[in-house]
Amino acid sequence: MTLPMTSKAFDLAIVGGGIVGAACAWEAARSGLSVVVIERSVIGGGATAAGMGHIVVMDDSEAQFALTRYSQQLWQEIASDLPDDVEYEECGTIWVAADEEEMIEVQRKEVFYQERGVAVEILDAAALRQSEPNLRSGLRGGLLVPGDSVVYPPCAARYFLEQAQSLGAQLRSGVAVVALSNDGVKLSDNSLISAGITVNATGSWSPLLTPGIDVQKRKGHLLITDRYPGFVRHQLVELGYLKSAHSISSDSVAFNVQPRKTGQVLIGSSRQYGVGDPKIEAAMLSRMLSRAAEYMPGITQLSAIRTWTGFRAATPDKLPLVGQCPGYDRLYLATGHEGLGITTSTGTAKLLIDQLLNRSSAIPIAPYLPSRVHQEAIHA
Amino acid sequence: MPDTVMLTINGHPVIVPDGSSVATAVAISGAMAFRRSVHGEPRAPLCGMGICFECRVTINGQSHTRSCQIVCQNGMDVQTDE
Amino acid sequence: MNNPGDTYDVLVIGGGPAGLAAALSAQQSGLRVAIVDDNPGLGGQIWRGDQHKPGTPEAAQWLRRVATAQVKFISGAYVYEQPEPGLLLAETFEGRRELGYQKLILATGARERFLPFPGWTLPGVAGAGGLQALVKSGLPMAGKKIVVAGTGPLLLAVAAYLQKQSANVLLIAEQASQLLSFGLSLWRWPSKIFQAIQLKRELAGIRHLTNCWVESAHGDNRLQRITLRHGQKTWDVACDYLACGFHLVPNVEVAVFFGCELQEGVVQVDELQATTVPGIYCAGEATGIGGLELSLVEGQIAGFAATNQVQQARALFAERDKLQQFANLLNRTFALRDELKRLPQPDTIVCRCEDVSFARAEKYPEWRAAKLHTRCGMGPCQGRICGPALEFLLHWQPESVRPPVFPVKVGNLIRDAGSLIEQEQ
Repeated sequence: MTLPMTSKAFDLAIVGGGIVGAACAWEAARSGLSVVVIERSVIGGGATAAGMGHIVVMDDSEAQFALTRYSQQLWQEIASDLPDDVEYEECGTIWVAADEEEMIEVQRKEVFYQERGVAVEILDAAALRQSEPNLRSGLRGGLLVPGDSVVYPPCAARYFLEQAQSLGAQLRSGVAVVALSNDGVKLSDNSLISAGITVNATGSWSPLLTPGIDVQKRKGHLLITDRYPGFVRHQLVELGYLKSAHSISSDSVAFNVQPRKTGQVLIGSSRQYGVGDPKIEAAMLSRMLSRAAEYMPGITQLSAIRTWTGFRAATPDKLPLVGQCPGYDRLYLATGHEGLGITTSTGTAKLLIDQLLNRSSAIPIAPYLPSRVHQEAIHA
Repeated sequence: MPDTVMLTINGHPVIVPDGSSVATAVAISGAMAFRRSVHGEPRAPLCGMGICFECRVTINGQSHTRSCQIVCQNGMDVQTDE
Repeated sequence: MNNPGDTYDVLVIGGGPAGLAAALSAQQSGLRVAIVDDNPGLGGQIWRGDQHKPGTPEAAQWLRRVATAQVKFISGAYVYEQPEPGLLLAETFEGRRELGYQKLILATGARERFLPFPGWTLPGVAGAGGLQALVKSGLPMAGKKIVVAGTGPLLLAVAAYLQKQSANVLLIAEQASQLLSFGLSLWRWPSKIFQAIQLKRELAGIRHLTNCWVESAHGDNRLQRITLRHGQKTWDVACDYLACGFHLVPNVEVAVFFGCELQEGVVQVDELQATTVPGIYCAGEATGIGGLELSLVEGQIAGFAATNQVQQARALFAERDKLQQFANLLNRTFALRDELKRLPQPDTIVCRCEDVSFARAEKYPEWRAAKLHTRCGMGPCQGRICGPALEFLLHWQPESVRPPVFPVKVGNLIRDAGSLIEQEQ
């Protein structure tokens, strides 16, 4: 559809100042739209702050690959402009294979990525150990994806928003949105922000504003250490991750550690469904760290300075919802990014604004349209 | 109980009265800094009671150890950010 | 690594005056009592001994009583996590301890408040209590030129102590102006008058200015001189150390971690020193800065109350009330002046862990935004130094406390870490 010509205060009202909302605001402003971002708390303070900030090309499905790959290229385009505090670093990912079975997966991935033009390199046991001396001995090997990177997400979100603001975008922060409609956004003080199009970019909270969409909270724990430069050099992810992260029914943990540009080590990851309490669960944290220690025994000696939790916005097919919200003309979604919101924020913004302006997109948009998972009626 | 203990700080032997904290030993050793800050500034203890983390050094290979809270022991190996 | 025997009827966190008093009172009930403290020895900050020797005769007396009573002391141990009700994890230099408890008494004391001014990060600038603690643990002071500055009664005690250690104390710079009326009201607390007279004798010969504060510190890689202000006058003083603290901040983080409610920044307790969490008591500075005597009385009340010796606890209420009035006077006297808010310059570091400047922090409206976008307060001190400073400078409210309460080794957050580490070896 095309953007309706209206007498509204803004062409676009984006609810949610996480990295997805901020990226959408920047793309909208860059495309000449008048835009307001409404954030109840801190820019990049929700799942954006809770996540790792791993910019990664994924291969779960063709659609997931297409969006992550496209998004990563968009990140690379802006990389040299990013301020220092975004801490962009192309450290690469190593998918770690513990055994022969996982090494077969490494080979499959190598083919998959190579066929699609992503540079990768297989590491044997010795090369893996040389790349990451703090991994335990006895691991089988890994796949290095050198183009993957890490960022510090809250500052990335703030940068995106600042860019939008420099192009005229407005920010309303510290105010909660209580309802969305075709006419705009109703705030907790009963005032209304009228907008041609409203976008729900509130992550795991998005079903509160657009009931009926299938977005579930998926809780995660993370831990950050003091500074140990060089202790970890690449983002390291176990290949068992694929098996466990795919499990929708049960809680899972995976070895997933990240070198921060500060020299700190970020240790993950855990996934839990059906838990709404953000409190840190000692047992889950213990399981997660225990898994990390299996791969990297020396990690137990690092000083842990903070732990936290966050909620991913999970969809059944692990693809985000980007586009018109079924049942509404002028209400759009940019949510459901699960653990890939930092990576795919840039691509999401393009795909969303492309739809609003009737532009053609760089990748097919059908797999991400909310209508794909909305067979049932949604009450208006 | 001996009256003094000997430890090494940045490779140099330092003798301090028994019961001294590692922070004291580092100060006596004349090391320029206990640690370097994120931007490379020299830092030394502020609170003296284990809260500020400015006195962090590496003791027996354990980095980020608060020197003001650890009592010197014979043979300890202490490294600071010089 | 587990010590199944480490289970106590009453566990006291903090071995300063309040904790010692609490433990001794609790122990009179015949129950199993232990004190856990992160310092190597008992006595807390105020009764910190010189290496192995107790700090004062009074301290020696209390420490003797604890030594002869059946009170277990777990030293060098930081309580950092409660994996389940009734079970605490504490980290020591050697490893981890699990401590079981029925009742908990929090006597976590206070720390100095530090306020940023240009040069306050230079080696040689330490807290007033901070420098004293270092000297007590062996740092030689003979002949060192020292300025003691900031605010609070601690400055006088520190100056007297350093003088006794043969330091050359050049000046005590107290920012408050009301010391005269403070002195005049001491008649209501005879023991305080005695202390004041004794302190005055010890301080003889040291220059002492009120309405005076340090504007900046200077030096290449180490303190060389400071700039002082007294009214309209500013001047420089060359010195080896600046001992500078701005009264005290209650250590409430452990209480907040256990879910205890705060009231105006201090742990909320009832007349029996019970917090809002059943079975958890709090005594001493964490319930409000009140000094040594009040801490001792509150500690005793908490110890008695936690062990059903309520009559003994009630007998101390009147004394506590009287000492509380002194505490109120104390806190009024040493209120911070607004001029101190203008000391930090745009490039002055406020968060020492992450080197965040005042200009970067003050752009944000509150803590969480500043934390997320500048890392202010995100370092290992977990905001314990910059938090109270920014509370004063920008009126920011501190955030909640998450485990670990203190930084600990990653392995100590794994319940079966011992076996994991052994496997690797």
